[in-house]
Amino acid sequence: MEKMPKWADVVLIPLISLILAAILSALVILAIGENPIEAVKLMVTGALGSTYGWGYTLYYATNFMFTGLAVAVAFHARMFNIGGEGQAMLGGLGVAMVCLYIPWPHWSIALLAACAGSMLFGAAWAAIPAYLQAKRGSHIVITTIMFNFIAAAFLNYVLVNLMRPPGAQDPSSARFPEAVHLPTFQSMFSTAENVVFKGTPVNITFFIAVLACFVVWALIWRTRLGYEIRSYGKTETGAVYAGISPVRITIIAMLISGALAGLMAINNVMGEAERLVLNATEGAGFIGIAVALMGRSHPFGVFLAAILFGFLYQGGAELAFWTSIPRELIVVIQALVILFTGALDNMVRMPLEKLFLSLRKGAQ
Amino acid sequence: MEFFITFIQVLDSTIRLATPLLLACLAGLYSERAGIFDIGLEGKMLMAAFFSAAVAAVTGSVWLGLLAGIASSLVLSGLHGLASITFRGNQLISGVAINFLAAGMTVLVAQSWFEQGGRTPSLFGGGRFTPINFPFAESLSGVPIIGPIYSELLSGHSILVYIAFLMVPATWWVLYRTRFGLRLRAVGENPAAVDTAGVSVVGLRYAAVAICGVLCGIAGAYLATALQAGFVKDMTAGRGFIALAALIFAKWRPWHAMGACLLFGLLQAIALRFQNIDLGGVVIPVQVMDALPYVLTVVILAGFVGKAVPPRAGGEPYVKER
Repeated sequence: MEKMPKWADVVLIPLISLILAAILSALVILAIGENPIEAVKLMVTGALGSTYGWGYTLYYATNFMFTGLAVAVAFHARMFNIGGEGQAMLGGLGVAMVCLYIPWPHWSIALLAACAGSMLFGAAWAAIPAYLQAKRGSHIVITTIMFNFIAAAFLNYVLVNLMRPPGAQDPSSARFPEAVHLPTFQSMFSTAENVVFKGTPVNITFFIAVLACFVVWALIWRTRLGYEIRSYGKTETGAVYAGISPVRITIIAMLISGALAGLMAINNVMGEAERLVLNATEGAGFIGIAVALMGRSHPFGVFLAAILFGFLYQGGAELAFWTSIPRELIVVIQALVILFTGALDNMVRMPLEKLFLSLRKGAQ
Repeated sequence: MEFFITFIQVLDSTIRLATPLLLACLAGLYSERAGIFDIGLEGKMLMAAFFSAAVAAVTGSVWLGLLAGIASSLVLSGLHGLASITFRGNQLISGVAINFLAAGMTVLVAQSWFEQGGRTPSLFGGGRFTPINFPFAESLSGVPIIGPIYSELLSGHSILVYIAFLMVPATWWVLYRTRFGLRLRAVGENPAAVDTAGVSVVGLRYAAVAICGVLCGIAGAYLATALQAGFVKDMTAGRGFIALAALIFAKWRPWHAMGACLLFGLLQAIALRFQNIDLGGVVIPVQVMDALPYVLTVVILAGFVGKAVPPRAGGEPYVKER
């Protein structure tokens, strides 16, 4: 017998966790001598009050959808992929190589190739930890953490020594050619008299991210592989008994996860920066953890949580611009969301389960 | 002689750089030996670095700073314990949350208190740990070979360096020669057995997490008040993760932990001093030095060079049977 109705598990618990995180964040804002209500007003108008705000909110959300999906797929196989950051960095390298070294006639073909390149590089970076977990039993969390640092050092080397154009000072690649620039929302939705999303980085990748949500949903709940991944994640012994190979599932799930994290590079490297810079990912790989936890590892939940975090990021930037609250407030909120929806999940869950059990007894 | 002096200087900076790694590594050792995985070492160090520097800057007393650092690190330890012991949550996720909490809160509070772009004012005088000079260090420095070793390498570090290295035999003694240590190791391998013997699993694990907090606190305070003079944003720079790597490299044993931390400290010292190393035609770029601790740890984890087996009950919350 279920202890709780499904809607409580899917909606009520994340909602309560989110409210707890919001209350604590408000207390933090109060403690540093600012007004939380004013802060929320500023964030809402700054992130959602104009197409300019939405342009940034959706740009950030696109990043977080990819990394959130990456963490979510690994969660379904009961693995914690902390390496999204490194996988997205390598994805950026794949995108940069596709865009710089091959002359493309049109952005649409380049986009397809860049998708393939980023997924290949992201998956390759996840492949070694996946293999070590599957074959040698090395803990995936530790190896993916290590691979984040190795990726940072590797990318640093590549940018400084190999990809930096002659004479350039900062460690970054050359600019991508005009032909591979992706259409932005500004160019897609503006009319002659009404310019929308002016100067914002949101681009066609947003639709790829939404498509990725659909594909992951179909993969996890509508295919044989997805069924195998979920059953392996629920009970390993049961899955083995049903003839599912743990090695195969571990490696495949991590490759998909790495490819999704790598795909993020389409948005930030090809869509926004249009060249590869150091630390292009800006921690989006880690935000994926919060997004996946809040979204309960469901693609639709990930979609909503990514929009929420996109709003927080853009709102936080506006706050830092207009008040003395630094951008790091967002990092604190992110930490609180991870804490309440992830680590302290039972703190909310246990009392609720008791409540629902006693309600059910009362009804009988 | 020139070479020898350089050699001694690199070793000297190895000791300075290994100290925070060693303290954090031993902190993780207590926690993980008790079955609580801790990837929040980085966050606890960072929090302690900020609060030690902030209190030292305001009061002018480095000792009050140290206490504040330890206290702030203990608060995060308590949070980790609450999440992973009391509410039986995921210890890894809790560690991630703690790292972000520290990264955000330190800058937020620093900006609110000092308004210097997320840093504390520079520490001077009584606000810093000063080097301790051994007797006759000055007069013996002229003696060849032994002189520089004594006066440069061994003498002239802050008290926290000596505490860190004394913690190694102390940890060995506590873990392998006391009743508390036996129980601590047992609770990381087989908590049910400890529970059956009538010893509190929850109590032991909280004790281990608290010791971890104290050591991380000292490590953070060392960074901000001894190695450097004040707190700057993200000043731990991945040291918590290198300590974690060292812990795995040492296979969760105290003496080996010291060896691993000295090795990783040496890599940092070399990277700091030489940048790109030219070995007669083959140039080793500085990034290789940066990545080497992590690569070595992955190799060890992969089990190609001896196998690193973590404590058996590590990461598993203990649920008492009814």
